[in-house]
Amino acid sequence: MRTLHSLDSDHAHALERTAKDSPTGQRHAQKHESAERHVSGTARYVDDLPLPKGALHLAIGMSEVAHGTLDTLDLNAVRAAPGVVCVLSATDIPGHQDVGPVFPGDPLLVSNVISHYGQALFVVAADSERAARQATRLAKMSVTPLPITLDPRVAAQQGDLVRPTHTQARLSNGRPADLESVTKALGRSAWQVEGELESGGQEHFYLESQAALALPGEDDEILVHSSSQHPSEVQKLIAEVLGVPFHAVTVETRRMGGGFGGKETQAAPVACLAAMIARHTGRAARLRLPRGDDMHLTGKRHPFHHRYQFGVDDSGRVETAIITLTGDCGHSPDLSDAIVDRAMFHADNAYFLGNAYVRGIRARTNVASNTAFRGFGGPQGMLAVEAAMENIARQLGRDPLEIRKRNLYCEGRDTTHYGQHVNQHPLLATLIEQLEEEGHYWQRRAEIRAFNAKSPVVKKGLALTPVKFGISFTAKHLNQAGALVHIYTDGSVQVNHGGTEMGQGLHTKMIQVAARELGLSVDKVRITATRTDKVPNTSPTAASSGADLNGMATRDACLRLKARLLDFAAEHLAQPRTSLTLEAGELLSAGSVLMTWGELVQAAYIERISLSEKGFYATPDIHYDRERGTGHPFYYYAFGAALCEVVVDTLSGEYRLEGADILHDVGDSLNPAIDIGQIEGGFVQGMGWLTSEELKWNEDGRLLTDGPATYKIPAISDVPAGALRVQLLEGHPNSAASIYRSKAVGEPPLMLAMSVWAALRDALASISDYRHAVRLDTPATPERVMLAASVQREWLNEWLSEQSLHDQTSQSQPPHVQPHQVTP
Amino acid sequence: MANFTLNGKSVSLEVDPQTPLLWVLREHLGLTGTKFGCGIAQCGACTVHLNGTAARTCVLPVLAAEGGDIVTIEGLAENDDHPLQQAWVEEQVPQCGYCQSGQIMQAANFLKHTPNPTDEQITAAMAGNLCRCMAYVRIHRAVKRAADMVGQQAEATAQMSGQQTEASAATAGVGSFDPGAGVSVARTATEESSHGKV
Repeated sequence: MRTLHSLDSDHAHALERTAKDSPTGQRHAQKHESAERHVSGTARYVDDLPLPKGALHLAIGMSEVAHGTLDTLDLNAVRAAPGVVCVLSATDIPGHQDVGPVFPGDPLLVSNVISHYGQALFVVAADSERAARQATRLAKMSVTPLPITLDPRVAAQQGDLVRPTHTQARLSNGRPADLESVTKALGRSAWQVEGELESGGQEHFYLESQAALALPGEDDEILVHSSSQHPSEVQKLIAEVLGVPFHAVTVETRRMGGGFGGKETQAAPVACLAAMIARHTGRAARLRLPRGDDMHLTGKRHPFHHRYQFGVDDSGRVETAIITLTGDCGHSPDLSDAIVDRAMFHADNAYFLGNAYVRGIRARTNVASNTAFRGFGGPQGMLAVEAAMENIARQLGRDPLEIRKRNLYCEGRDTTHYGQHVNQHPLLATLIEQLEEEGHYWQRRAEIRAFNAKSPVVKKGLALTPVKFGISFTAKHLNQAGALVHIYTDGSVQVNHGGTEMGQGLHTKMIQVAARELGLSVDKVRITATRTDKVPNTSPTAASSGADLNGMATRDACLRLKARLLDFAAEHLAQPRTSLTLEAGELLSAGSVLMTWGELVQAAYIERISLSEKGFYATPDIHYDRERGTGHPFYYYAFGAALCEVVVDTLSGEYRLEGADILHDVGDSLNPAIDIGQIEGGFVQGMGWLTSEELKWNEDGRLLTDGPATYKIPAISDVPAGALRVQLLEGHPNSAASIYRSKAVGEPPLMLAMSVWAALRDALASISDYRHAVRLDTPATPERVMLAASVQREWLNEWLSEQSLHDQTSQSQPPHVQPHQVTP
Repeated sequence: MANFTLNGKSVSLEVDPQTPLLWVLREHLGLTGTKFGCGIAQCGACTVHLNGTAARTCVLPVLAAEGGDIVTIEGLAENDDHPLQQAWVEEQVPQCGYCQSGQIMQAANFLKHTPNPTDEQITAAMAGNLCRCMAYVRIHRAVKRAADMVGQQAEATAQMSGQQTEASAATAGVGSFDPGAGVSVARTATEESSHGKV
């Protein structure tokens, strides 16, 4: 029998209970390794590091056009400004000028063509931040404007793409397909449902903006503290920009004040500029972007245009799907190839599409290069199919939950449109049914219908939506990790691994892994800053994979150390090797204590046994054939479901989340407190993406929403007290051999927020007595909700008037119910 | 020359009087627990106490603090054991941790004046402090937990002073939507007549 584990109802007791149950095990709700430092203000971020004498403060000179050729750039006045020590532009770059992470296209400083507003043109170093910033305004330049493109669909029509278009096509029987065969199949369905949708981007708004501190060393050596999710890439790019070997550059990341994907690739330019100034002047150089500069310079979550056509049978079951996803990539490729791929991989969300044709277009526009953001295209990919579920429901006069359940992956309908079998797919139904029952879906549905029937302005909406999210980097080579574990002669243990800490609790989980394997309490284990000279050639901490990859690498190192120590103890103490264990800081033989951990370590040291080890891990069983669009790109899937209720004032468009019940699958949780925190945070962040966070550019390509006064991330008041209830699905360990059968938790919960958007649509549908599904682009701001309500009313009025006409002529076909039933 | 009391000690330093207090604290005095977040006093990461009131230091000229009494996160409690700091750890609030000192300073000021807050008062008081990890559920719970500790202590002293002020003074223009109160009878009638019966 399944049991539920909730930290919400009696949080403290639950934490104490899990702590008591297993002091070093995976159920342990160990507190964040930096918790005390966070609350005392002593946790150091890059900008908090003490500066050496003579350190310089940097500011970036940015473009004030979105597209044009930089004909002349006169920096004499900048150089002459008070306090200015050094000014560098593109011609001063000793090595590579392009810092594109995967494909070229991202000049560190523009030398010729400006391709977005706010692009970096030059960097100023001065003896104060203020002096540096003021000096940037003194540059004189002449720019010949070029036409700008801000609409990704226009770019796509013009063939202006940052990367080639990719397609995945497959018939429901598994045979390869093309657009023609899938289109033919679409025509055979009893019903066709089609639509389009636009989804907006999302600013990361990490509270700590991009930051780096570069410290020049001997000769060509340099140490750079970078607030980065990817220190190895920062190291590589700094080395290339400076024209020095990688081994001359060390990058350190102790922690970030939030990352969310925004510091996967886009931390590097800031670090490169600081390194360039440090190299040029021989002085320490610090750059911490002002909020507005950060928002102008760095990319966001990709806005998307979604176009979908679904062929559906009379029961509401999808038989065929054609989905075109156009990602707004900004001016350069950055990570857009993989991001649009991941959108395509998630075009099914949790549903079997049958015959499927999914196309992903990577459009180039004149905005900052859009980049990774929690979910990495996955959330955008899911929107079309979720929109369609409601459209199908209204079309067929069924409840959206019924349609969603009917289309979930199930036995015989368990392979994705890219050919991967969905392991553990029955969990989808488990999650939905449990929330349906415990959240009293049908009772609330009846109550809401009754409420809405009597309430002409204020409407309530309810929705229960699933999430299925694929875990692994889709770039196969990134699915590797290393760790370095030292045991010192006092018995204390230092762990270093390739992952970075951005608040997700990765370091805490890694401490737990090491403590568990070595039989120690967590206070014996310390994690140190991520450094490229400790674990080299690391992958970014991204794709939710930090704990999966680095946990296995840490475990590998610890298992090697443990085996070595036990081999030594068996010989040294003349004990049978198989009887020896390490538990609670002691060496045991068949349960009786032989010596303490400290004594064992010292004895091993005296006998010249190595107390240091590295570990490594590469995820097995993953592959993807991009030519054919098929494969097994994900090691496993993580699942979740959310039941949300909203209330909407359909005249003003204002709305409020009344309640959200979440049931989420993390396999066997490594740390329930951290995992539930990730789910709570991910859900609210997803809600921000879909509701309040609206990015606006003017017609010249200037970002207008460049600070918290105009760009609205959720506040505490958007999460009513007690309204968000999170539970972990218990009793279903990961079927894949992940670290202690846990599942990744960083990204998947963000998409649970689709239930908020679906609930808003449900409330709007009530205006038409659930006859018509209105298009609701995201973010569904109050303005958009109000306009959608007006559309619904117009539809209703038209329907009512035509209804009365039809009544006169004894017909009852509703108008505008698109698309129409076709004859089989 | 700027003069003020900082975490109980008098401080005098040579600085442009227009320099925002945040820069004085972080760059001149090396107290980096108070953070830069947005630079326009909209996120709350730079919150300290100035003369017993929560203040945002990124836009506050040091001149405005002349002769004042400033408390930062470093000086909130002698052993970093303020009830809020304890509650924050117990409820496992921080994720990235960056906004937390501002959150705690805002909450400390709030609880000082409102020792027994309602849920709504907590929400109103904390609504101007942004957390991008969206740890709001736990921030709320931690404020409440701390209030239990503080409230018990304060009850005795508050009986003497009888002081309780409104909670929402420091919030940053966050609108509220109350569907119950929001529907006037008149509007309902208009709606019915103009849109017909659903």
